[in-house]
Order: sequence, then structure tokens, then C-alpha cells
Amino acid sequence: MIRFALLQSRIQTVVGIAGLAIVAVVAAITGPHLVHLFDTNVAPCSQRGNCSGATAGFVANDHLLQGGLNSIVLLVPALIGIFWGAPLVARELETGTFRLVWTQSVTRNRWLAVKLGVVGLMSMAVAGLFSLMATWWSSPFDRANMNRFSNALFGERGLTPIGYAGLAFALGVTAGVVIRRSLPAMATTLVAFIAARLAVAFWIRPHLIAPKIQDFALSLATTGYGSSNAGPASLVPNPQSFPNAWVYSTQIVNKVGSALTPHFVAEACPRLAAIAGGPGPGSGSASGSRSAVLGPAPAGVQSAVGDCIAKVGATFHEVVAYQPASRYWAFQWYEMAVCLGAAVILAGISVWWLRRRIS
Amino acid sequence: MTTVLETNSLGKRYRRRWALRDCTLAIPEGTVVGLVGPNGAGKSTLLHLAVGLLQPTSGTIDVLGGHPADGTAQLGRVGFVAQDTPTYAGLTVAKHLRMGAWLNPAWDEQLAENRIQRLGLDPRQRAGSLSGGQRAQLALTVAIAKRPELLLLDEPVASLDPLARREFLQDLMEIVAEHGVTVVLSSHLVADLERVCDYLVVLAASRVQLAGEVTALLASHHRLSGPRRDTSTLPGNQEVIEESHTDKQSTLLVRTDDPILDPTWIVKPVTLDDLVIAYMSQARDVGPSRPRALEVLQ
Repeated sequence: MIRFALLQSRIQTVVGIAGLAIVAVVAAITGPHLVHLFDTNVAPCSQRGNCSGATAGFVANDHLLQGGLNSIVLLVPALIGIFWGAPLVARELETGTFRLVWTQSVTRNRWLAVKLGVVGLMSMAVAGLFSLMATWWSSPFDRANMNRFSNALFGERGLTPIGYAGLAFALGVTAGVVIRRSLPAMATTLVAFIAARLAVAFWIRPHLIAPKIQDFALSLATTGYGSSNAGPASLVPNPQSFPNAWVYSTQIVNKVGSALTPHFVAEACPRLAAIAGGPGPGSGSASGSRSAVLGPAPAGVQSAVGDCIAKVGATFHEVVAYQPASRYWAFQWYEMAVCLGAAVILAGISVWWLRRRIS
Repeated sequence: MTTVLETNSLGKRYRRRWALRDCTLAIPEGTVVGLVGPNGAGKSTLLHLAVGLLQPTSGTIDVLGGHPADGTAQLGRVGFVAQDTPTYAGLTVAKHLRMGAWLNPAWDEQLAENRIQRLGLDPRQRAGSLSGGQRAQLALTVAIAKRPELLLLDEPVASLDPLARREFLQDLMEIVAEHGVTVVLSSHLVADLERVCDYLVVLAASRVQLAGEVTALLASHHRLSGPRRDTSTLPGNQEVIEESHTDKQSTLLVRTDDPILDPTWIVKPVTLDDLVIAYMSQARDVGPSRPRALEVLQ
């Protein structure tokens, strides 16, 4: 049965290998140059301290290829689900060939198990190799950008595409078994897979590991004064800089965990409120929600803010909830495991459905 | 006589519609069985139940002493060619034989290759580009080369032209003679099966209307014609299957195991076609609600 499953998936094999080969060639041609550029432009500047200029210049390289490669790794699992998963059983049901193959000396369970195994492993291998190439090729950019946890990249690097490919494939097979028609099953697979990816990124991933909580004393370097969304002015924490980390929240709270209120600030710092009360220079009334950074302000305002921070800082501190960069691979493993676990459950559902409902 | 296929009040329901009801049958070993009935009578359902593609809603079915599709060995003992002879359009003839070899432990490579060669099929041709007759032959080859004890063919000749039909059936008869396999083949036309089958099952309105050996069935049914007469005056051992009357004359199709002694009748033998039509129209007139006891002969 394994040989027959391989024979039936010969077109998928060819397409998969061809796609991998094309990406491999492009990556091999352009990749070494990027490593060289990183070593000569970005790496030396980090010793000098300020890298923003060199980094910005470097990450603008091969912009199209960066986007293209990320899109490929993003799309491959969806394509696998649509074109390999959904028709796997649906086509046999549609064309009637299930009557031919299920009446050979192979039980229905074994038939499906082998097909799921062969094409499923192939799906994960193809997605894994695309991800491997993307991860290697993009590593200079990823090192320069320091944003490995970002939603745009986390699912396109490392192990997660393997999990997504397995999940998309299983979604496709299940849709095909239940719907019994290729085309509607393919459409359903696409919708279900997009929903699954969004659910993983926004609901599941943040809860895989409890965030690390770290306290900081208030200081001029990390705290600004301003208002968010045109509300009353208050002390606002500046985002802490954790390279490659995933920051959930930054808040100013007191010892029992209550957030700092504008009212408290106004009472504690009457001088600051008086100076910066109106919409004048230095009020730092940034319109963004979190980016109320104290811009270049007159010395008087500076010292008033400093006094205020010292006074408020006696009872309040800044607390940051985040996932440190060191947890990146733990997250990668967990997310892959969650997806593959869901894939196994879906595979079980298709086996059950094929046995019980199509008879 | 050993039975290869035995059903006991077998039924299959799809949602609210019964495709097959109260089917009790015993098919003896070594026969060629014609399964005849109009479209939608439950022929495919019965065959699918026998090969394990479907599970019964009620009753039992026993094939070669086992449950249909119950494991590799049971699957290997029953060959099946589905209606419209499905094959993988993208795979070549040779690849279909590969499939057969990979999926059947008892595969007879020699038999398969000889047949393909004799039939003049090009092993490199894709099944999708074969003619209907060629595809049916390919499907039959795959079914027969797994060396089954029971071969089930669902409307194997329906899509074939008369010549291909004749060749297919001739070929089938050779297989039966050579391998001693029991064959059940369904058709909605009795003419297709007349020359090949020695056992007949008539399915109509989801029920078995008639079952028995062809020679015995023909011997026990008679066409009677004579002066007009009320059928209630017939002897008790004569069951009227079909009747038609004019002002002066009555024509009946009756079943009886005893000789017909009444000299007013002109007695003629019936053809298989007459028989099947009579039972099918009877089923249509009576409707599916009336269950018929069908121990025609033992």
C-alpha cells in the first residue's frame, strides 16, 4: 500500500521537489552575499553602539526576495492543505475509484492510514525544507531586525511551518472525507486554515508559556509624561528594549498592582501639571497610545518631570510582562506540537468518518 | 450444495428510503448468477453490501463464511467490478496491474499480463483514454487476477456496445470455466445475461421477487392461453404471476411445479425475458409494501 500511495502522489512529489529546487537555487545565489553585507555593515557597528542607520540600510536589501520567501513559507502549508489534503480522499469518492481500491485486499483503515502517513509526512518535509531555507537565508535580516517573535515572522521560520503543514493537510483530508467533493473541500480547507492560523497566533501562542514579569524603578530614561488618546496627562512608561523578546505589556503600578491614574499624578506633581497643563511645548501629548515619549523639552519641564518621577516612584514602579528571547525555541516546539496534535485528532476523525459514515 | 453468499432479511436504508429490504437469498457455489431488476431496484446496494462497501441497516449477510470486507483475507476472496468500471484515469494499464500486485497477496501476475496481452491493451496507455469496453476489461482483469472465489460484477456490460458486450461475456465464461469462480453479475436487461447465467435473482422495488436456477424457473412457469376465465377458478397449486384478458380470451403466466392438466389451455413455455418482465411488473403493480415469500424451488 505504501508503494501505491507513493505512486498516486507522484505529481505532488515532483511539484514539491521542483519548488524546493527553485528556492534552493535562488537562496544559494543570493544568500552568501547577504551574510557578507551583514558582516561588513551591521556587525562592526554594534561594537560602536548605534546601529540604526546601518541596520536600516542593510534590511532594505533584496526587499522583494525577503517578501517573496516569507510569502512562500506562509503559503506552502495552505497550498498543501488545499491541493494535497482536500483531494486525497475526496477525489477517490468523486471519481468512484474508492470502489476499486477498497475492494482490493487492503482494509479501508489501512488504506487511509497509509495515505495519511505518506502524504502527511511528505507535506511536513516539504514545508520544513522551505522553512529551513527561509530561516537560513533570512538569518542576517532577522539578526538585524531583532523581531523574531513578530506575528509576521514567527510562523515563517523554524519549526512552526512543519506544524502548519501537518495541520493544513489534516484539515484538507477531513474536509474532503466529510464533504466528499474536491472543490468545496478545497475552499473549506482554505477558510478553516486561515481561521486556525489566526487562532494560533492570537489566542493560543500568547498562552503557551506564562510571561516573565519584571519590575523596574521609575526613571527619567524609561518614563515620559504625556497623555494617550487625548486623555488627561500622566506618567507613561517608555517601552523597554528587549532584543528579540515579545513584550506583552508595560505598566506603571503600585505595590498592590493598581495602575497609576492621571488624578494621582496631578495631585502628586502640581508643579508639572501647572507647567504642562495646557497644550504647550513639552507636554509631550503624543497622539499614539503608548508612544508618549518626552521629546526635547525645556529644562524647567525636564526637572519638573524628574521631580514628579521621583515622587511617584516612591510608591509606583514599572512592570513589564514579556517572553524573553531565550524562549524562542520553546515557543517554536510548543506551537508545532499544538498544530500536529490537532492534525492527529483530525486524522482520527477522518478515519472514523470514513469507516462509519461512508458505508 | 455449498452457498457462497447468504443473506437473511438483509436491508439497507439511506436516510428514509429503503434501497433494499427483507432480502433473503442463498447463492450456491459454482454458479453464474444473473441479478436482474430495473434501475434503482437495489442491485448495486446488494453487491456493495456483499463486498463490504456498505454496511447493512438490518439483517445479516454472509459471504464465503465471513463478514464482507472483514480483513485482508476476506477482501482477497471476493473480486468486484463496480458500475461504470472505475479506474484511475491518470494511471496506465501497467500501473493498474502494479496496483493489483501491491494490494493483493494472491495476485496472479502471469494471468493478468496474459489477459492484457490477449486483449490487445497497450500497457503504457492511460486508463483515462481507454474505450468503455477496454476499461471494463482492465477492471475485470484486476478483479480476476487477485484470484477471488467469488466475483461480483455490477452492470459490467451496461456501457458497452453489443459487440464488446458479447466479447466481454464470452471472456467471462472462459474465466468461469478455467477458474471455477462463482460469479454474480447484475444488469437491468435480462437479455444480457440470458446466455451466461444459470441462476437468476430478480430484484424489484427493493425486494427479491424471484430467485432460483434458470432451468428450474423455466420448467415451473408456463404461459397459458385459452377461453376467457376467472383466475380464481384455477387449481390451488397454480399461482398467477401475470394475466391479461380480452373479451373472449385469457392469457396467463402461472407458476406451478405440477403438470397442467386442463385441456382448455394451450400451454407454452416461457422465456427468461417473459419471466423477468412478469415479476418486475408484478412488483410494480403490487408496490413495495407487499413482502413476497420466495421459496420458488428447492
